[in-house]
Amino acid sequence: MRIGVFICHCGSNIAGTVDVVAVAQAAAKFPEVAYATDTMYACSEPGQEAIVQAVKEHQLDGVVVASCTPRMHEPTFRRTVERAGINRYFFEMANIREHVSWIGKNAERNTVKAIELVRMAVEKLRRNRPLIPKRFDVVKRVLVIGGGVAGIQAALDCADGGQEVVLVEREQSIGGKMAKLDKTFPTIDCSSCVLGPKMVDVGQHPKITLHTLAEIESVSGYVGNFQVTIRKKARFVDWSKCTGCGLCMEKCPSRKAPDPFNEGLCTAPSINIPFPQAIPKKAAINPDTCIMKQKGKCGLCAKICPVKCIDFDQQDELVTVDVGAIVVATGYDLFDWHKYPQYGQGRYPDVITSLQYERLLSASGPTGGHIKRPSDGKEPKTVVFIQCVGSRDRSVDRPYCSGFCCMYTAKQAILTKDHIPDSQSYVFYMDIRSPGKGYDEFTRRAMEEYGAQYVRGRVSMIYPKGDQLVVRGADTLAGTQVEVAADLVVLAVGAEAARGAVTLGEKLRVVPDQYGFFVESHPKLKPVETNTAGVFLAGACQGPKDIPASVGQGSAAAAKVLALLSKDQLESDPQVSRVTPARCVGCGKCVQTCPFGAIKLVEDRFGNPKAEVVETVCQGCGICTVTCPQGAIQLEHFTDNQILAEVNALCPPRIRVNYAS
Amino acid sequence: MRIVDLATADQDFIAEVEARSHQNLRTCYQCGNCTAGCPYTFVYDHSVSQVMRLIQLGQREVVLQCKSIWLCASCQSCTTRCPNRIDVAKVMDVCRHMAREQGYATEREVKLFTDAFLRSVERHGRAFELGLMADYVLHSGRVFTDVDLAPKALARRKLAFRPHAIVGRDQIERIFQRFRKGGAHV
Amino acid sequence: MSKVAYYPGCSGQSTSLEYDRSTRAVCAAVGLELVDVPDWSCCGSSPAHTVNHVLSAALSARNLDLAHSLGVDVLATPCPSCLTNLRNAAVEMEDEGFRGQVNALLDRPYVGRVDPQSVLQVLVEQVGVDEVARRVTRPLTGLRVACYYGCIMNRPPERMRFDDHENPMAMDRLMEAAGAEVALFPLKVECCGASFGVPRGDIVARLSGKLLDAARGLGVDAIVTACPLCQMNLDLRQGQINAALHEHFRIPVFYYTQLLGLALDVPRSELGLDRLCVDPRLALGKIKAPAPVR
Repeated sequence: MRIGVFICHCGSNIAGTVDVVAVAQAAAKFPEVAYATDTMYACSEPGQEAIVQAVKEHQLDGVVVASCTPRMHEPTFRRTVERAGINRYFFEMANIREHVSWIGKNAERNTVKAIELVRMAVEKLRRNRPLIPKRFDVVKRVLVIGGGVAGIQAALDCADGGQEVVLVEREQSIGGKMAKLDKTFPTIDCSSCVLGPKMVDVGQHPKITLHTLAEIESVSGYVGNFQVTIRKKARFVDWSKCTGCGLCMEKCPSRKAPDPFNEGLCTAPSINIPFPQAIPKKAAINPDTCIMKQKGKCGLCAKICPVKCIDFDQQDELVTVDVGAIVVATGYDLFDWHKYPQYGQGRYPDVITSLQYERLLSASGPTGGHIKRPSDGKEPKTVVFIQCVGSRDRSVDRPYCSGFCCMYTAKQAILTKDHIPDSQSYVFYMDIRSPGKGYDEFTRRAMEEYGAQYVRGRVSMIYPKGDQLVVRGADTLAGTQVEVAADLVVLAVGAEAARGAVTLGEKLRVVPDQYGFFVESHPKLKPVETNTAGVFLAGACQGPKDIPASVGQGSAAAAKVLALLSKDQLESDPQVSRVTPARCVGCGKCVQTCPFGAIKLVEDRFGNPKAEVVETVCQGCGICTVTCPQGAIQLEHFTDNQILAEVNALCPPRIRVNYAS
Repeated sequence: MRIVDLATADQDFIAEVEARSHQNLRTCYQCGNCTAGCPYTFVYDHSVSQVMRLIQLGQREVVLQCKSIWLCASCQSCTTRCPNRIDVAKVMDVCRHMAREQGYATEREVKLFTDAFLRSVERHGRAFELGLMADYVLHSGRVFTDVDLAPKALARRKLAFRPHAIVGRDQIERIFQRFRKGGAHV
Repeated sequence: MSKVAYYPGCSGQSTSLEYDRSTRAVCAAVGLELVDVPDWSCCGSSPAHTVNHVLSAALSARNLDLAHSLGVDVLATPCPSCLTNLRNAAVEMEDEGFRGQVNALLDRPYVGRVDPQSVLQVLVEQVGVDEVARRVTRPLTGLRVACYYGCIMNRPPERMRFDDHENPMAMDRLMEAAGAEVALFPLKVECCGASFGVPRGDIVARLSGKLLDAARGLGVDAIVTACPLCQMNLDLRQGQINAALHEHFRIPVFYYTQLLGLALDVPRSELGLDRLCVDPRLALGKIKAPAPVR
C-alpha cells in the first residue's frame, strides 16, 4: 500500500500546542507511508485539493488525515479521497484536536500523543478493505407526529412539495396550543385568524391524510423504510358520516366535565366538538363521562343524530403505514403550578394560568371575550401577572428559561388595558427576555403606552383578603417588599416536555434530554435532525419555542424531508455486521441480542441454521460481534484485526510479552 | 450613597460565610423571593436579598454592621421559598454569629435579651423568665419593659417566682465554660 | 402504640403551663403514653442558635441523650421552638465533624438516634385523626376557629418533614374531629414576631396584629395555636397590640390541646382555660350543648 498522511494545523487550534511538522516527519517513517506532510486547513478547498494532487502525484491508495473529530469532517474527507479515485473506506482520521491540542498544554507530550494516534490510524488503514454501499428504495411518504403549528407547517410544506403526508394528532382537533391563544405577539394579530386557514388547508389538502384522536403505537424500520402503526382511539362516532352539525352537543345531558379546550374554565358536554374552527369538525364521545358508556343507559345523542353516526360499540383501530421519513412535532405542556403551594394550590379560584387567561380574552372563549374572573364573574380592575412560574427554578427541577413567557405576559398586559381601560396591570418579573425582532419594543410599549407596572422580583405568597388576593412580592430595584391587592392573578406558567414525550422517544429511538425535550443532532448545524436518520424535529418538542420559531422549524424539517425523499434510492452504510457462515453454528445469540432486529436465522443448503444480517437494517453497533461465541460475526470497517492493529500500534506486543513474563 | 469598589471585594469574608453556612452563595440570582416573603423587611435597613448581594460583593463591614441580621427571627420563609434552595436563614444566622464575634451589635436590645436569656439558662439549666427579665432590665436600663403585662401574667400564675432547679445544672454550666474556652464569647 | 419521650420545654413550666397540662391530659385521654425526660434542661431556644450552632446543638443534645437513655425512638415536644432546636441538633449531628464539636462541649457524648417530633405530629401520625374523632364525646359544635401553626412547625420542609409547609392541615383536621368549624386561615405559617416581644415590642404588634386582623376578617370565634410563643404574643400581648395599633381585638387564643381536651371531656381543671388572658367564655358559649342521647 502507498499511504499519504496529512497533519492539519487547524490554524493555531492544533499547531499551537502540537509540533505538526514533527508529527509529519515521524509519520513518514511508518510502514507503507509513501508521503507525509503538514497542511494549514485540511478541510478547506486548497487543503482538499492538495490531498487530491498528492494522491495523483504519489500514486497513493490510502489517506490518513490527522485533524479534528470524525463527527465533523469524516464525510468531507471521504468525499475528497473518492474524488481522487480511492474507495472512501481507504480513509482514516486521527483526532488530534479534541483528543490532544484542546485538552493538553504541554507541546512536547501533545506531539508524542499525536504521533501515536497517527500510528494507530496508519496501522488500521493498512488492514482496511474497500466497501461498497448497497442501494435501496425510498418510501415516498412522510409521517408528521403532532398537529400544532409546527406540525401543520411541516405537513403543508411537505405536501406542497409533492409528498404524501400522514399527520397524526393526539387530540380531537389539530391546532395545538396556538388554537387556544387569543392574540399573538408582537403584532397582536388574531391567533385563530392566522392559524385557521392553515388548519383548513391541512383538512382539504389532497396529499394529507389526517388521523386525530390517534397516537403512535409502534415504529420499526429505518430511514426511507419505516413501518408505523397508529392507534386511532375509539371516538364512538362514525366520522365518515358525522357532519359536525352539533345537535348532539346541545342535547347531551352529561355536561359537568371540565372543558379541556377552555382549560377547565367551563364545562363541556360528553359528546363534543372542541371549538367552532376544529379540524376535523367532528363530534367525539368522552367515555369517562358519557352516561351511556358509564351506566349503559341514555343514548340521547344516538336518538337525535340526523345521520345516525353514533356508535357506542366502536373500538380502537390500528392503522399501519409505510413512510420514508418522520417529523416529530409533539410540542409542549404547561408546568403544573400546583407545585408552588405558596400560590394557593387551587384554593383561590382567581389565581389562573396564562393559558386560562387567553381563553378569557378570546372571543370564542367561555366568557365571549369579556374578562370575568372565575370566582364571581366580576371584571377585574387590578390584574397581577407573575412570571417564571416553573421557569428558572431549580427547586422545582425547572432551571431553564421557557423563553416565551415574557412576551406573552407583555401581550396579556396590553390586552388587559385594551379590554378594561380603567384597569391596572402589575407584572412581577426576574429579567425581561425579549430578543426577537420587534420584541423588546413590544415589552416597552406594554410599560410606556399601556402603563403596565413592571416590578422586578418574585412573588413569595398570595393570600385572600376580602374578595381580593394580596400578592406579596419584592421589588429588588427598590430593595424592598411590595404588596398589591389584586382582583385576578395570572401565573405565567412555563413550558415543559409534552406528556408522553419520553415514551414516544423510545419508539422513535430519539433521545430526550433530562427534562424530556428531544435532543437535536447538532445544536447549531443540525437543529432539526436527530441522531436517528430520517427522523426530524420541529417546534417545542425540542425545547420551548414561540410561534415564529416553531413555524420556522416546521419548514426546516420539511426541507430536510423533501431533500431526503427527492432521491428514489438511498445508500445503506456498508459499515455493518457480516457473518462468516463457515464459523456460524446457528446458536441464535446474535438474533436475540440485536436491538434493531437486523439478524435472522436462515438455513444453508445443507439445512443448517445460519445467522444472516439484513444490511439495510443493521446500524453497525457491534453488539452481535462481541456476543458471538464463535467469533463468526465481524463488523465491517471495525474488524477484530483492525482494532487489534490499533491496540498493537499503541502498546507494541513486546511490552505485553514483558508483562506476561 | 456608598460607592462599592468591586475590585476590593473581601474574598475571605465571602469564603467564611459560605464555609460556616455550608451554602453556595453564587447560586443566588437576586430574584428577591426571600425579601418578598420576609415578615421583618419593614424593620430592616437592608432587605434579605440585599444582604445576600452584599455578601456576594464581599462587603464585610456593611453586612456585619447592618441591623437586619439582628432582626431576623429565623422564621424560615426565605429558606423555604428560595428557588435555588439556599438556606438563607442560616446565612443570616451565620452573619449574626460573625457580627457578635467581631463585637458588632447594631440592635443592642436584641443582643442584650439574648445574653440575658443564655445567662439564665447557664445559671439555672432552664430559662427562668422573671430572672431573665430582671437581668435584661438591669442591662438595658429599659425599666418599663412589659410592666403592663406583669399583673395579667401574675394573676394567671404564668410566671414562677423561683427558678426550677435541675439536678444537672452544673452540666449546663460546663457546656458554656467549654464553649468559652474554645475562644467564644457569650 | 409505642411510648414516646416527652420534653415539655421551659415555657411549659411557666407562661404556657396550661399547654403542658392540657397536652398531658389529651395524650392520656387518647391512650398515648408520654414518658418525661428526666432532669431535662433548656434546648437553647432561639437565643442559642443566634449565637452559635455548636453551643445550640450541645444544649439540645444533652436532652436527646437523656431521651435516648429512656430507650425510645421518638422525643415529643409541644413547643415548635424546642422542636426546631432539638431536630436541628439531631439532624446536624449526623455529620461526624459537627458531632465531634458538639460532643466536645458535653459531659457525656450523645451517640443516639432519637427523632424529635412535635406532639401534634405524634397525635396525627401515631394516634390518628380518626381515632381522636372516635373518642370525642363533647363535640365543639357551633365553635368557629382559625388554626395558626406559626412559622417553624413545618419549615423548612426538608428539615421538619411534617405536613404541608404552606398550608398545614394537622390542627385543622384535629379541630374538625373535635367538632369545631374550621375557617381556612390564609396566614397559617406567617411569623407572629417570635421572641422580639421583649426587645422590640413594635415588631410583635405589627406582625401579630396582622394575624389578628386576618382572623377577625374570617369572623372566627377564636384562634387555635400550637406554639407557646405565638400564643403569648397573640393572647398576653393582645392588649399591647390594641394600644399600638389603635385596635379593639378581642379574640381568644387557645392551645389546640385545650379545645381537644374539652371535646374529649377531660376535666376542666387540667385544661387551664382560666389562664388565658383574652376571656374565652364568649367563644366557649358558642358551643352548642350536645343533643340528648336517644
